[in-house]
Order: sequence, then structure tokens, then C-alpha cells
Amino acid sequence: MRLAVIAAAMAATVLTGCATEQKAPPARFNRDPYPTTYRVYPGVPTLLKGATVLDGAGGRIDGGDVLIADGKVQAIGRGLSAPVGAVVVDASGKYVTPGVIDIHSHLGNYPSPGVQAHDDGNEATAPARPEVWAEHSVWPQDPGFSRALANGGVTTLQVLPGSANLFGGRSVTLKNVPARTAMGMKFPGAPYGLKMACGENPKRVYGSKGQIPSTRMGNIAVTRQTWLQAQAYKRKWDNYEAKGGDAPDRDLAMDTLRGVLAGDILVQNHCYRADEMAIMIDLAREMGYKISAFHHAVESYKIADLLQREGICSAMWADWYGFKMESYDAIRENVALVDKAGACAIVHSDDPNGIQRLYQEAGKAIAAGRRAGVPISEEHAWTWLSANPAKAMGIFDRTGSLAPGKMADVVLWNGNPFSTYTRPERVWIDGALMYDANNPRLRPVSDFELGQPGEGDVK
Amino acid sequence: MSRALVLAALLLGGAVPASAETIAIVRGTVAIGDGSAPIPNGTVVVRDGRVVAAGTGVAVPAGARVIDAAGKWVTPGIVAGFSRLGLSDVDAVDSATDISSDGPFSAALDIAPAINPNAQPVAVNRADGVTRAIVAPGVGKSIFAGQGALIDTAVHASAITRARLFQYVELGETGAEQAGGSRAAAHVLLRNALREAAEVGRGVTIAGSGTERNPLDPDNQPVVRNPNESRLYDSRRSQDVLLTRFDAAALVPVVQGRQILMIHAERAADIRQVIALGREFPRLKLVLVGADEGWTVAAELAQSGIPVIASAMSDLPSGFESIAATQSNIGRMRAAGVKVAIGTINDDDTRMAFRARNYAGNLVALTRVPGAAGLSWGEALAMVTSRPAEAVGLGSEIGSLQAGRRGDVVIWSADPLDNMAAAETVLIDGVEQPLVTRQTRLRDRYQDLTPGVLPPAYRR
Repeated sequence: MRLAVIAAAMAATVLTGCATEQKAPPARFNRDPYPTTYRVYPGVPTLLKGATVLDGAGGRIDGGDVLIADGKVQAIGRGLSAPVGAVVVDASGKYVTPGVIDIHSHLGNYPSPGVQAHDDGNEATAPARPEVWAEHSVWPQDPGFSRALANGGVTTLQVLPGSANLFGGRSVTLKNVPARTAMGMKFPGAPYGLKMACGENPKRVYGSKGQIPSTRMGNIAVTRQTWLQAQAYKRKWDNYEAKGGDAPDRDLAMDTLRGVLAGDILVQNHCYRADEMAIMIDLAREMGYKISAFHHAVESYKIADLLQREGICSAMWADWYGFKMESYDAIRENVALVDKAGACAIVHSDDPNGIQRLYQEAGKAIAAGRRAGVPISEEHAWTWLSANPAKAMGIFDRTGSLAPGKMADVVLWNGNPFSTYTRPERVWIDGALMYDANNPRLRPVSDFELGQPGEGDVK
Repeated sequence: MSRALVLAALLLGGAVPASAETIAIVRGTVAIGDGSAPIPNGTVVVRDGRVVAAGTGVAVPAGARVIDAAGKWVTPGIVAGFSRLGLSDVDAVDSATDISSDGPFSAALDIAPAINPNAQPVAVNRADGVTRAIVAPGVGKSIFAGQGALIDTAVHASAITRARLFQYVELGETGAEQAGGSRAAAHVLLRNALREAAEVGRGVTIAGSGTERNPLDPDNQPVVRNPNESRLYDSRRSQDVLLTRFDAAALVPVVQGRQILMIHAERAADIRQVIALGREFPRLKLVLVGADEGWTVAAELAQSGIPVIASAMSDLPSGFESIAATQSNIGRMRAAGVKVAIGTINDDDTRMAFRARNYAGNLVALTRVPGAAGLSWGEALAMVTSRPAEAVGLGSEIGSLQAGRRGDVVIWSADPLDNMAAAETVLIDGVEQPLVTRQTRLRDRYQDLTPGVLPPAYRR
């Protein structure tokens, strides 16, 4: 038992004035020991006028206006009038969307330059490492963040541990605003995610060390055994937090898994193959948790009906394939076919280059779908980049669409935002203008690039 | 030949599709691929496997099969400027990958016999309009990776257009690592190898200042086209050698300037060393690959005349040799007069060459970003068609729709540099290719998940 907890328990005993040998009342430990220090930068009330507005939740307004002020979306519609002192931007011929949300990134924990000293994404020392937290690896000076902002219009991203482990650890959701610390980028109030993995990676990493898991069945066995441990831990702690008494020992790994079983932490499950996804769905039901999204779900199209029934999102690429055995069956219609089945489709990157072109990847997915006879509107396709990832990350009540009252995470695009010919012109995060293509001063430069060739250049 | 027949031929064991016919593609938006702007309502005529004419006012020959391309775009096939296409079925499966070798040989390695025309990535790229690919080996235990080739992506027995087109060398971070941990060591290894090759090639001077012996003496003109057939193995060598005889013989064409020496370097200082190498050994036919920091030495590169095959979208300081990387690199080098082409260098190079046309489109996008350097549409297309062909000395053979070029033609549903476009017809050497792949078959199998009377395994 931690001293602090003992002290708290003793203090509680004294305060209640109990002299008898009664159970100590429960003490709740701090669930948020590394709280966000993110600050919203000042913004100017801004009215974007006459744009094609894709609201991110499936709505579209041609010749539409978006008003942002006080860090929030204030109004969206036609013919909005500008408040006194507001900046008015003529957005005719351009598109306005909510910022792109990447549900799968390793910016910060596999940063550039990709040297061994920066290799902070996989705690590949045991197959179950739910005790590690990605935020403790994130290097906020990764130059990749600025590219994702300026070239990709990315305003929010989830940084995950890697997939060497069955349980990779906790993810962290960041606002793409430069800060001196990872805590300074943490999305206020975003739930944690738990990175899990099936398939080739865990069995390869540990099989090559001569330990379990070395097979897919080994993967599942270790995963199940770990959840059984978590259930026992949860029983103990739930009991203590309800009734008090001697506080059980804390275990960081089990804290995370207990958070999942309690529904506070969202499972983000790296899983390529359809048959393995189906096993993970059974496993989640057996152990009493829900999978929020399958990541790299290249075979979701084979079980889109199942994923629809289970309400599980698929985070997918447009055309990446064949880099490993479990990606051999990737097809270009994957996103469209998942979407067509009524399941939740997300376009993700997992890559510091890909994150700069997620909007173009969505464009490719639309094109492949339409060729296969799946009608997909632009306004619907933008849900793959904002509403759906926001839902799967538990932040849709705050961002992911241009609804009044939501965070003003907004991109003004200089053309159709699914085209290779289009780039962000301006990006606002919480109503603050963080990138403006026409203003070289509004281009963040990481500490790493300061004083180096190409500092402050367009990238 | 209909697609069904082509497919049937495929299923019957890799039979060659129909022989080259006379084809006239009419009414399309035609882009020649030489940097010029697209031509509305143009005609392209292909006969005997070659382009006869392309543009406006082109007559349709009698008896030609006419393809109406109204509303569509017609371009030369995409040329993968740098790739490992055909060398791997699945990257992470060692047994299915032939990119590099840890065996005893380096420069002598010839990737031609390792190319698998039936590899799925070949089919996937063919179906997306990639018709030729410059294919390089990767280094194993030396700065020399071996000899790369130009291949096509057609359905036939041999994909090789030109075997042993170039020797591939790593001189940047990877070269330093291969040489024992230092760029200095890589440079000594390179020069020593050239010296040993020169010795094998008796009397062939490699330094500009050297004295030529009687050039009419056949011994002074040894031609090593393939180290396996070399007559030079018995030539005298000193005891002071590092290279195997095979490897030294393989470098003879390089020192004689008959085979391209393709060098990978990214850092400005490394690029300057490549330029200096060209001055030190004027007979070398150099091609630079990578050049992330090329824009910072663009004037020197332009003056050197060394062609560059660069990654279009590389904009991260991914290592200490790419600190100044920017997407404006190609546009700036081009503006300075460097001969540039787009390649997918260490960028999913076994499989994703089809992305090159979207990368080219992104360089067009940069023309609208203040402070960035982009390309015109015509020039962007050239970067993935004629420019890579020219970089390896085959501009008169492939990469454009100018008369006499090989009949590699693609009809696209829309502007091919944007990502809504798909290849609808692909000709290679004038022969229409099947566009069915495992991916399209899987799509067809699972497009409708309604339970049937039999499992999906029976749907084909």
C-alpha cells in the first residue's frame, strides 16, 4: 500500500471520529495524474462566407457560412451576419470542413528523425504491457506535427503504442497545437484508449524470443489470461472502492484493464484479418468489454455485416496492401463496402507521410467505391475523417463536426478537399488560427528544425 | 481480344495476350508526356507495338481497331522511376522477397532472373496504369547492390525490357553503414572498386587524366555485358583486391561508361560528393537517386548535368541526411534546370509505384501554395513518364506518345494526376492488358454479403 493512500485512509478515519476497529472508508486514487495543460490560444471571431460546407456529420451546405468565436462553432448556415469586429473570409469556390482527425498516429512516439534513440513506440519486453502510457513517450518536438497541420489539415490525433504487444498500453489523444510538453497537447477530457493487437506482430516478436505467444492461438491465450487477471483485480478494487477496508495493491497494468472493463477506456484493436476480428469480438464478449475500433482492418469488407451488428468501427487505408502476409487481401473498395453495410468507416494513416494526405486517401476510397457501384457523397465521406474517428475516440460531443457549441476545429481548403490538387489554406484549432498558407509567420517550426537548413520553409 | 478471353488465357497458364494490333484511340484528351499541355480531342495510333502518331489531325489507319475515348484521358503508361517492383510478393515474407543478398557477391548481382512477372504487385500496378518500372536491387553487405533493370508489367513470360541497365550504389547513410560506419569508408570502397574494375578491364583508364592505350586493341575494349559470360576472369589481377572477380568484372562496363552508375544520396554534402565523383571520373554515366536536399545545391546539380530521380513527397527530416527535405524539392530543382524525375525511393517501392501519379498531382497542387515550388500539369506528368525514361537513357524508347516510342498507352476515366481517375485500358507494346487482379476478384466475391446457398469460397 502506498504511503499516501495509508495517510489518506488514516486521515479519513480521524475525521469520521471512529474510535472502534471499523473498516476504513474507501479512498479513490487519482485517475488523472498527468492532467492536460493544453491552453486555447486567442482567436478572433471569424465568419467564413459562401463556402461549400461539409459539416463532418454528413451534412452539406452549398454557399454556406460558418461563424466561429470564443473557440467554438457559433453558427452554420446561409446568410449569417458577422458580429462587430469579426474577420470575414470570402470562401467562395472553397470548402470548409471540420479538422481531420487521425485515429492512428505515431507522431511523437516514433518521431522524425527516425533514429534508434527515438524508438519509443513499442515496450516490446513482454506481450502484455497495459501499464505503459503513450503520452510518456510523446516528444512534442516531432517535426511531423507541423506537416500534419499545414499539409493535412489535421487538428486532432490519437497517438498509440505500437503493435509488438498484445496489450500495447494506453493511447493519448492530442490537439495538434505545438506545446513544450505532451501534456500541453493533451485533448481536454478525451478518454484514454487501450492499444491491443492481434496477428503477426506479437507472435513474431515473442516467438522469435522463444516465448509465448509464438502462434495466433498463443496470442489469444495470453490475451484471455490477462483479462482474467484484470477481472479479479476489478472485483477487488470495485469492492474496496464501494466498501472500504484495506486498499488492495495498485497495479498500473491492471488499472488500465479495469478502466476498459468499466467502460472508461476505449479499446483500439490492431487487427487485419476478418477471421481474427471475429475471434476478438467473441473474446471481448467473453471478458466483458467493447471494442471501439479495429485498426488496419484491411479485411473488414469480408465481415462488414458483423461489424455493423456489433457497432465496431474499422480504421482503414485506401490502397495500402501486400507489405505483410496479413495485408495480402487488402482491396481498394474496403472503406466503401464497410460504409455501404452501414458499419462505421474511418480513414487512418499510421504514417507520418500518410497523415498529410488523409483527405486524398478518402478521395481514393470514394473513387473506388463509386467504380464498384457504391454511391458516396462528399458530405458523407467526410464522416470518415471527422465524425467517425471522433466517435471511436469518445470525443464527438466536443469536436468532429461543425455543430454550434463544438470546438472550432476548422479547415478552409483551397479547393475540393478530396483532390490531389487541394491544400489547406487556413486551419483553426479551438478558434485560434494555427496555420495560414498566406502567412509564413503562421507556420510552426519545431525546436529540432530551428537553426537547421530549411527552417521555416514550406514543407 | 476481349477481356474474358484475356482472362481465360491468363488462367490457362500465363499465355501471352493478343499480339500487337493496330489501334486508334480517338476523341480523348491526349497528353504526350513530354511536358506539354494536354490536347483536347486528340488521336493516338499504335501499330506493330509502337506509337505511330499522337495529337490532333492524326488519321485513323484503315483496319485499325478504334477505341472511343471521349470524356477520357490518354497518356503514356506510367514509368516507375525507382522501384523494386517484381522483386517481392509480400515484403515481410523473406522467402517471397529477392531485393537484397547477404551472400558473397555484390556488384555482380543481376536482378533480372529474380523478377517475377506473375507477382501480384506487378498486376496491381499494371491495372493502375504503370507499364514500365526501373527496378533496383537493395544492398546486402556492400555499398554495391548490383545491377538493376527496366521491366514492363505486361502479362507474358519475361518482364525484362533491359537487363543490367545500371549498377546501384548506396553512398549516404546506408552506404556509410554498409562500408563499416563511415561515409569516408564508403568513398574509399567505391574508388577501390573502380580501380579493381579498371584493372580487370586492362588498359581502360578511368581517370580523366590517364593515358589511353591503343583504343583499337581489342584487349583495351573488353565488353562485359554479363559477368556470367565474361571472358575476363582470367585477366591478371594484383593480390591487393577486395572484390570478387565476378564483382570486379561487373563494374567494367561502369568504368567504361557503358553502364549507368546509379547512386543513392540525400544530403547536400553527399550530393556534392557525387558531383565531384563525376568530375574525377568523367566517363562515369551517373544518375542520382534520392536527393532530398537537392534543392539546396540545385545550381551545381544543374551544371553537372546528372539526372536526378527524387521522392516527390519527402518532406520530413526522417534522418540526418534529409534535414532540409521539402515537397518543393523537385519544383525547385526543375526550375534551376536539373533533369528531374519522380521515383518511389524506399517508399513502399515493391508495390506502390501506382501512387507516383498522385504524387505528381500533389506537385501541381504546390503551384497554389505561396512560397512553394510546384510543376505545371504537363511537366508533372512528364515526371512519371518521359523523365524517368530519359534519366536512364531510354527516352527515345519509352515514356511518351511521340512517334516511334513503344506502344505503352493508358486510357483513364479522368485526369490521371487526380485521385478520382482509374485506368480503363492499358496497352503495353501495343497489346491490350487484362486489368483483373486478386484485389478485383476479392471485391467481386465479397461485394454482396447476403448468405447464399453455398459459402463465399464457391463464388468466382
